Amino acid sequence: MTVKVSMTVNGKPVSAEVEERTLLVTFIREQLRLTGTHVGCDTAQCGACTVHMNGRAIKACNIVAMQAEGADILTIEGLAHPDGTLHPMQEAFREHHALQCGFCTPGMVLSAVDLVKNFPNPSERQIRELLDGNLCRCTGYHNIVKAIKACAEGAKV
Amino acid sequence: MYSFNYNRAKSVAEAAAALAKSPDAKLLAGGQSLIAAMKLRLAKPSDLIDLGTIAELRGIKVDAKSVTLGAMTRHAEVAASPEVRKAIPALAELAFEIGDRMVRNMGTIGGSVAHNDPAADYPAGAVALGATVQTNKRKIAADDFFKGMYETALEPAEIITAITFPVPKRAAYMKFKNPASRYAIVGVFVAETASGVRVAVTGAGSCVFRVPEMEKALSAKFAPESVAGIKISEDGLNSDIHAKADYRAHLVTVMAKRAVEAALKR
Repeated sequence: MTVKVSMTVNGKPVSAEVEERTLLVTFIREQLRLTGTHVGCDTAQCGACTVHMNGRAIKACNIVAMQAEGADILTIEGLAHPDGTLHPMQEAFREHHALQCGFCTPGMVLSAVDLVKNFPNPSERQIRELLDGNLCRCTGYHNIVKAIKACAEGAKV
Repeated sequence: MYSFNYNRAKSVAEAAAALAKSPDAKLLAGGQSLIAAMKLRLAKPSDLIDLGTIAELRGIKVDAKSVTLGAMTRHAEVAASPEVRKAIPALAELAFEIGDRMVRNMGTIGGSVAHNDPAADYPAGAVALGATVQTNKRKIAADDFFKGMYETALEPAEIITAITFPVPKRAAYMKFKNPASRYAIVGVFVAETASGVRVAVTGAGSCVFRVPEMEKALSAKFAPESVAGIKISEDGLNSDIHAKADYRAHLVTVMAKRAVEAALKR
């Protein structure tokens, strides 16, 4: 059986016939071909699949696409300005070399944007605690935390 | 994940009717436990009935005597609510300690309570505060609601609509969490309520439980030293790679003591 699912992704309305059991992350990657959203652990632990749903960071591997029916979804592809100018958080990640292999980066960046929005001016300790839903297998946390702190201090997110 | 039929309910009545129709249907709240269990093929519902768009199930109401949380209220909403933080700070802190930020943005109190995971946080808060679970059929006292591992007093086609927490004199929740899953290895919620002190423990056993000996000692004197010498029996407690039963029994005393200390600082 299939169902029709419709939502807005990065400002564009999209819809498709999908199996009911299709995860949101599968819909984003395989249907929309937006492969910046990664599948890491596939068990809602690593946060590589983080996207924003109606302005809040969620794990796209842990909900079915139908739960996002009618929702406004933001993936990493929609974060930078259309003219290519990076979002301040992306710029901070680049500036502070907050990525090594880059696999966790899309999820880290989207999680960090949500973090700073909800906890303005976080301390280093707060950032480390609040980042517990995103894992970096390169263990590159030090620069990730630095980038988030710099972004939170320097620019409006 | 096995395939299933997806239904979106527009009202509690519609969800109850859909639930009554298929014995293997399941309600979908935030899905943070259910979808994970389905992906592992540990759960195989024939139908999912999504409660996500039912407005009557959402919202936070606070008055002088109680805090009422709609069943579909997200953990992040409870954690960030200035009203809840003011009325029952321990409850907002409990919500803030669940999972991680992304999980808290989806997970709901109704889902957590109905699922009754042995290591979930909300059951401890509900039992310690003497909460009332409101369903589409009746009101159930938290003491009578949590029956055993993943087992509650809910009947087929019964749906939690809200949970009401009486405002305590003071309360605190202390959790020793598994750093990977953020579930409670042991969590202790201590509340000094109008009807005496209540101590509820999650994570240690197969289901949330109270500790009458600690409650008696704290009712006589609400101080950390009252519970420091009380050790619960390790018989029947959980034992796994994260913590053996004797360690969990020890943690109950330590977390209870810390919870009393925290409650006194309010």
